Amino acid sequence: MAFYVVQFLTGLASAASLFLVASGLSIIFGVTRIVNFAHGAFYMIGAYIAFTLTERLSGAFGFWGSIVLAAIAVALIGVLVEMVLLRRIYHAPELFQLLATFGLTLMVEDLVVLIWGPDDLVGRRAPGFRGAIDFFGQNIPSYDLFLIVLSPVVLGILWLLFQRTRWGVLVRAATQDRDMVAALGVNQKWLFTSVFAVGVFLAALGGALQIPRDAVHHAMDLRIIVEVFVVVVIGGLGSIVGAFVAAVLVSELNAFGILIFPKISIILVFLVMAVVLIVRPWGLFGKPEAPARKTPGLTVNPWRPLTSNERLMALAALVVAATLPLFAGNYALTVGSEIAIFVIFAVSLHFLMSVGGLASFGHAAYFGLGAYGVAFLAKMAGLPMIVCLLLGPLLGCMGAAVFGFFAVQLSGVYFAMLTLAFAQIVWSIAFQWVSVTGGDNGILGVWPERWAASPSHFYWLALGVAALVTVALRAMVFSPFGYALRATRDSLLRTEAIGINAKRIQWTAFVIAGTTAGIGGALFAYLKGSVFPDNLGISLSVDALVMVLLGGVETVSGAVIGAIVYKALNIWLVSQTDLSKLVLGGFIVLIVVVFPKGIVGMLEMLAQRRRKASPPGSPLLAKPIESAE
Amino acid sequence: MKLTVEGLNSHYGPAHILFDIGFEVGEGEVVALLGRNGAGKSTTFRSIVGLVAQRSGRIMFEGKDVSAKPTHEIVREGLGYVPEERRIFTDLTVEENLEVGKQPKRPNAPYWTREKLFTLFPNLGEMKNRPGGRMSGGEQQMLTIARTLMGNPSLVLLDEPSEGLSPKIVEQMVDAILTMKKEGVSIVVSEQNLHFARLISDRAYIIERGRICFGGTMAELDARPDIRDAHLSL
Repeated sequence: MAFYVVQFLTGLASAASLFLVASGLSIIFGVTRIVNFAHGAFYMIGAYIAFTLTERLSGAFGFWGSIVLAAIAVALIGVLVEMVLLRRIYHAPELFQLLATFGLTLMVEDLVVLIWGPDDLVGRRAPGFRGAIDFFGQNIPSYDLFLIVLSPVVLGILWLLFQRTRWGVLVRAATQDRDMVAALGVNQKWLFTSVFAVGVFLAALGGALQIPRDAVHHAMDLRIIVEVFVVVVIGGLGSIVGAFVAAVLVSELNAFGILIFPKISIILVFLVMAVVLIVRPWGLFGKPEAPARKTPGLTVNPWRPLTSNERLMALAALVVAATLPLFAGNYALTVGSEIAIFVIFAVSLHFLMSVGGLASFGHAAYFGLGAYGVAFLAKMAGLPMIVCLLLGPLLGCMGAAVFGFFAVQLSGVYFAMLTLAFAQIVWSIAFQWVSVTGGDNGILGVWPERWAASPSHFYWLALGVAALVTVALRAMVFSPFGYALRATRDSLLRTEAIGINAKRIQWTAFVIAGTTAGIGGALFAYLKGSVFPDNLGISLSVDALVMVLLGGVETVSGAVIGAIVYKALNIWLVSQTDLSKLVLGGFIVLIVVVFPKGIVGMLEMLAQRRRKASPPGSPLLAKPIESAE
Repeated sequence: MKLTVEGLNSHYGPAHILFDIGFEVGEGEVVALLGRNGAGKSTTFRSIVGLVAQRSGRIMFEGKDVSAKPTHEIVREGLGYVPEERRIFTDLTVEENLEVGKQPKRPNAPYWTREKLFTLFPNLGEMKNRPGGRMSGGEQQMLTIARTLMGNPSLVLLDEPSEGLSPKIVEQMVDAILTMKKEGVSIVVSEQNLHFARLISDRAYIIERGRICFGGTMAELDARPDIRDAHLSL
């Protein structure tokens, strides 16, 4: 019994940091509508700076002073980020903000290694809380007890801040209607900056308080951000009480999951999240969101099929690409194949995101399922390659059919979160079900047959499939199904009102996108000769998002270019520099700020402007687009 | 002149909405902006306070050109705005809604306290702690006006204050607007309802398809039934 009590208390203690970081994320999202991916990075910097300060400043005052100083320092960094970067992109589509903060995260990951080195750093124990307390023969670290008391205190302070101060009233008002707050004479810019500072302060404090419990390392940002997303979604975006309850729930699930369901401990949390989202999509303490006011004219240039000239140009580009084996070496061809596969992957997500308006944060699940499908068929059933390639993606298709059915019941950020949860579930299964999937060791020896074994043959295969997939999806955009799908994207209610079963259309699109991603995954398995849980992982999902956004969300086929540029740059940077993440992150941030419409979107805009001298008022250049009345 | 608008043009994306709008409001005057649904009344107001980004033209408020300023600075000059859709903060209580609108005292404008506003709108005083979302339409309309008055404006843009209200509440609204005028607040009120406008206004402009097509006193408007019938639905 005592053991369970101690386990419970350990869970409560881990909830403290989680709650601090999650409440910060929630507050920032509430007002600025930015899902701050960099929140984990701020948490990590908080831990690193606190580590350095506690090493320099001695004594109890030095330790606690360091924790607070670190949080304040990171909050100031946050203010800088908000003013220099985020202020420029508040009016951009919300995914762009996510992309920018993701770029920031990449940069921070390299920067902390540059500054603090790659090794784990073990921090000082907290003065006054070094020992443990005996509880019926079980030890409870006294620092854990401190953390257990701390989180309700912070909750209380935040409650007072939001309910009892003018600043809190303004923040709550801005959460609901920021334009109206400005129309009452409140300077939104500073309100946003201050909210961001508070949110980042909480994240950094969460990180700083972790150092007596856990080593500081350069991957702690991604680990926490995923958990924080889960907490915020279960608790309800924008609700601080919700963040508290969910942080406790998640931490206890982690603490007891290992004891009770060791086999599924990792997915337990995500299962709970998926159930919450399905039953109560706005979270336990959140409020159902009013249908967002659509910005008309999001796509200023109406989509059109390619003209015959453009078709010839695309064909010419394909022919040029097909000549690569004539002069390139094996390495270049392997890179080429990988890029072609990622074109398939990116195009499939682009179809779901840009055409269907459904931004999936877990698209890698279907890519990876396709890869595992191939690996199962090839290794266990021993089927020939062509059969595997045809049937493997069906696993992605089935996954998309099951998960998509639930996911399309939601929209916007919640859709993104649920897809993330599903992807995490699939990843955990692949990771934990060692007897079937090989777990972390993956499935090895999935090599192509002789006809496709040489790099040039495999390259042609990948290129051909990529071209086919792109053309097929593009044709679908301009088919009746594509019109219906775009209608659901632009207005779900109106689509239903003209007799279209919107959910079924979206579900179909989800399955199409998932299957297509599966095709990419199937080829990827053969390219690498192996399959690993990473093929379903979050970072791959994020890669796909970056490729789509880089190409341009508002374009028909920008993802093709986005995938080529991103993947090529990525591979090249890794070979050139140890700081590839820093450069790539900086590049992403730059793209978001300078070319918010993506590469292809920007080219289209230039072409458009050359065709006709800009009309008066130049609507294309105007950044904010108001809702017409 | 309290407020002078000259050559105001506005766009939503590629659509041109307002064409060379121009009008004036004198010190302490109540001016009606009349027009049908979709004529451009709300867009005119939104453009004046800077909520429409794509606009050009001159907006002189108390002798200063405010057209280049961001929304919150325009409002802080003393130019209050009451939006059409009410847009109260539904999660906030009446008191908290008023708090959001609060701005420092202004030398050339009447000073409003909560107490003074609760005498102007007695209903609000009885529900200080009620969340905005649990109020009737009429009460919400009063709250939006009170909230804007908390900023101590010297001029208020009132967008369709009578829309969707019961006749009894409309009467209260007329009284409130006349009290505001008596206190010295200049008012521009947009309306579709000519009877309502006549009860409160000194002068009127008619807007149709984004253009001003009439300007004059209420008596002059009454003398031109042709204009009235052509541009206003009665």
